[in-house]
Amino acid sequence: MRLQYASNVRIVEMPCSGTIDHRVILHAFEDGADGVFVAGCMEGDCHFLKGNIRGKKRVNHVKQILDEIGFGGERVEFFNLSAAQGQRFAEIVKEMTERIMKLGPNPIKAVRGHTSCGGMSPTSTDGKEGGIA
Amino acid sequence: MIIAQQKPVKDIAAMISDCNKVLFVGCAGCVTVCLAGGEKETEILASSLRIMRKLEHKPIETVTFTATRQCDPEYIVALDNMVQEVDAIVSLACGVGVQYLAERFKDKWVVPALDTKFIGGATEHGVWEEKCGLCGDCVLHLTGGICPIIRCSKSILNGPCGGSQYGKCEISKDVDCAWQLIYDRMTALGKLDKLMEIQPPKDWTKSRDGGPRRAVREDVMIG
Repeated sequence: MRLQYASNVRIVEMPCSGTIDHRVILHAFEDGADGVFVAGCMEGDCHFLKGNIRGKKRVNHVKQILDEIGFGGERVEFFNLSAAQGQRFAEIVKEMTERIMKLGPNPIKAVRGHTSCGGMSPTSTDGKEGGIA
Repeated sequence: MIIAQQKPVKDIAAMISDCNKVLFVGCAGCVTVCLAGGEKETEILASSLRIMRKLEHKPIETVTFTATRQCDPEYIVALDNMVQEVDAIVSLACGVGVQYLAERFKDKWVVPALDTKFIGGATEHGVWEEKCGLCGDCVLHLTGGICPIIRCSKSILNGPCGGSQYGKCEISKDVDCAWQLIYDRMTALGKLDKLMEIQPPKDWTKSRDGGPRRAVREDVMIG
């Protein structure tokens, strides 16, 4: 297909969108990502039955948290598409990149300072989370 | 278990607005089960506050730890070294855990991240309901295993009031009348006659009478 999509998208693979954790998304923003989208399978097509539904709920919760703290929940989104929809993936990347371009860079990227110290780090797995860095 | 819910992040941020390094302490007991203050929620709150403070150009350093239980002194001893360099401690435990931390770390600013709601259990994923009124003198053997103290809006002990209609309480169509539930269950058990037995007045001295309550088991005390 040789589809083109924005080169600044970093793909983080996960075994299922249902494994997405609030912390993975929040840490992506702390590490400077301008936006994050989670790509899950089409609803009704989940191999684990409800993984994508749960992933979507979790992403929506992260949106609420980001709105609450003034960061903006619109920087994170959940999309449903199948592994065979390369064309749709490229469209989503374009759509999300345009949205983030309008919002501007991550507002905390330029702020130098402390991050976390101690505690558990998020476990990176492989799957379909796309971070626009 | 104790059911708690997290306070708004902005309220927690306001409590530690003058602090530069903060310890967030989760609890692996009840609040982990009700998804309010476990390891995951502790990390999410710490991350949220780091982002929030960066937005305000006042970055904060965080340390996170989840104690097996905050309501047992032996499990908060592990915090002794961690608290030395922090300006404040945010506890994601119920009100008991917050008080244990405040008592042990007397020179530290200890604040609650949760509102402790009630004693109850899950009815489905993500839904918890109050089930026990902590009256100190359980009557469940008389009421078919349904607590009239907390599940009846008026805590009535002698049957439904006039506000019971079609099995629902007058305060809301979503609230069952506890006495209807009790009547139905006792009927199903064939023990309706037990409800007709005259009961002495309930002993409320075992409830909130006389200040904070205390339970002692001398046989397990050490020393």
